[in-house]
Amino acid sequence: MESQTTVDPSEVAKFEAMAAEWWDPNGKFKPLHMLNPCRLDYIVDQVSAEFTRDPRQPKPFEGLRILDIGCGGGLLCEPMARLGATIVGADAAPRNIPVAQTHAQQSGLTIDYRHTTAEDMAAAGEQFDVVLNMEVVEHVADPLAYLTACQQLLKPGGLMICSTINRNPKSYVMAIIGAEHVMRWLPKGTHEFSKFITPDELFDLITRAGLDPVDRKGFVFNPIGWSWSLSHKDLSVNYVTASVKPTP
Amino acid sequence: MTDRNDAVIVGGGLVGPLIALALSSEGLRTVVLDAQKVAKHKAADFDGRAYALTLTTIRMLKVLGLWEPLAEHAQPILDIKVSDGRAGQGASPLFLHFDHREIEEGPFGHLIEDRHLRRVLLDRITDDPLIHHIPGVQVTGLSDATVTTNARKVADRSVNGRVIIGCDGRRSKVAEWSGIGRTGWAYDQTSLVCAVEHELPHNGVAHQFFTPSGPLAILPLTGNRSSIVWTETTAVAEEIQTRTDAGYLDALRPVFGDFLGDITLTGKRFTYPLGLSLADAFVADRVALAGDAAHGIHPLAGQGFNLGVRDAAALAQVLVEANRRGEDIGTLDVLERFQRWRRFDTAALAVATDGINRLFSNDNPILRTVRDAGLGLVNSLPQLRRGLMREAAGLSGDMPRLLTGHRI
Repeated sequence: MESQTTVDPSEVAKFEAMAAEWWDPNGKFKPLHMLNPCRLDYIVDQVSAEFTRDPRQPKPFEGLRILDIGCGGGLLCEPMARLGATIVGADAAPRNIPVAQTHAQQSGLTIDYRHTTAEDMAAAGEQFDVVLNMEVVEHVADPLAYLTACQQLLKPGGLMICSTINRNPKSYVMAIIGAEHVMRWLPKGTHEFSKFITPDELFDLITRAGLDPVDRKGFVFNPIGWSWSLSHKDLSVNYVTASVKPTP
Repeated sequence: MTDRNDAVIVGGGLVGPLIALALSSEGLRTVVLDAQKVAKHKAADFDGRAYALTLTTIRMLKVLGLWEPLAEHAQPILDIKVSDGRAGQGASPLFLHFDHREIEEGPFGHLIEDRHLRRVLLDRITDDPLIHHIPGVQVTGLSDATVTTNARKVADRSVNGRVIIGCDGRRSKVAEWSGIGRTGWAYDQTSLVCAVEHELPHNGVAHQFFTPSGPLAILPLTGNRSSIVWTETTAVAEEIQTRTDAGYLDALRPVFGDFLGDITLTGKRFTYPLGLSLADAFVADRVALAGDAAHGIHPLAGQGFNLGVRDAAALAQVLVEANRRGEDIGTLDVLERFQRWRRFDTAALAVATDGINRLFSNDNPILRTVRDAGLGLVNSLPQLRRGLMREAAGLSGDMPRLLTGHRI
């Protein structure tokens, strides 16, 4: 684990530039910014329901320990911190950590960012009320081992939110041809079609990892309103799930 | 950051306090910087100004608990009569007539006097623990989400917030300091605004006459009183405004007609030069504009205040929802949702209003024929407009929740 206070001063300018890039809604990470309100709506709804919190109250997530795996520039961590959660952001890419730290500081937020992996944290015995596992599972080599680590990171009764991309002809056209080649929202090669997972496959993997799947919804892009919304029915491309760790 | 204000609202008129109340109803804390002193607000004499509140505006006032103290002062509009008249000739044979019984929701709307609306808003923002109302303060600058003021009573003479909301009128300083330009044009027309008492009851009927010099609206107030918005060319209006009350009435009577019996003036007389003033953007980083600061339209359709109310409902919803998600509510990313939601509606109405005004403010014989024939077609206008609005809603999402009568 890297120390969070020893940032090389000569690197700060570079990190600030990268933080600005991560947080530019029209920049390189535009697709994530567009999707973010929708992802946050789902997370806030599910966490509030599971832990009986009122999202109309200030700091509704106070007292909850939340882990965001693959935190990047902190697009989910910062909102969770504002909602009062104690948040750990983990990323396997070391350069994301000082970038996210720089932005959290600019935002006046306290967030524990770490260069580590789910597996390493699970081995160290860390436990959380909520694990956010957003747009990660389609990038890992062994999804079952990864989801098992996520399960171990949850306290009994804890909640995992996991989103990914479905595997079918439509998702190939939308997520690879559309997002990478036509719109160029994502660098070519960001996604491998063969690693996409259908909702049933994901529920099966989650169950084998020791969690109880409780909900699934689609993230649907509306090209006219140019925004994303949650759908009960359409899980054909991007979708999100909620699972609970059984209490013994 | 924990003690930071959620929003700083520049402007203590009508739209600013309404936004503050909508935000506080969902737990957001605001400061309202108000140029007027409280005593000035409370000068409760009837001054002649009134607003025609639409049904959606009233729904929002109800949700925020503002309608109850207002209801007793409100005059329902039971019928609207629109006609094309030449001065002294009354209405043309083709006469538009909308009756509230044809629609299911009851009255078309209500007329409320400015003084009542102002007093109720002021009382509520003064009592609200989440709103810090600072009256009698001039703002002197804005940078980095901090508004500077001339007020000694404000610590460091400056106030900062996660978002600064400019409700400071069509000459908005907030817009100027944020580098937001304006597009607009003036007409050589000025509205004379006053109120009259009349012998006969108005029976809740609102009238709109389109005359060659400009439209005349007669809007029913409580009792045997009506609010007048009377538009003339600027030179004529200025001349009329300088007259004594008797001379003023001499000019008004032939336009007004005698269908309500004799008329006398009550309250003050105002003039408003007509013009359209649209901000080039409604948002900047940490800044949003609402009401006339975003779009000053002339008072023809009486829609200026209602547009401001729609801004308030949309902006409050965008900010409250973003806050509930834990987003930073002052970022351009968040504020642009408000702009997308409001811009189309605003432009459509401004252009529609402008078009109608140009069509009717004209004594060209050909246009007059088109008008007389066209007035029949205006019967289908509500449908056309509904279609347009549906499209706007499709492009920009649903109607703000407060306007549907629900909490955010």
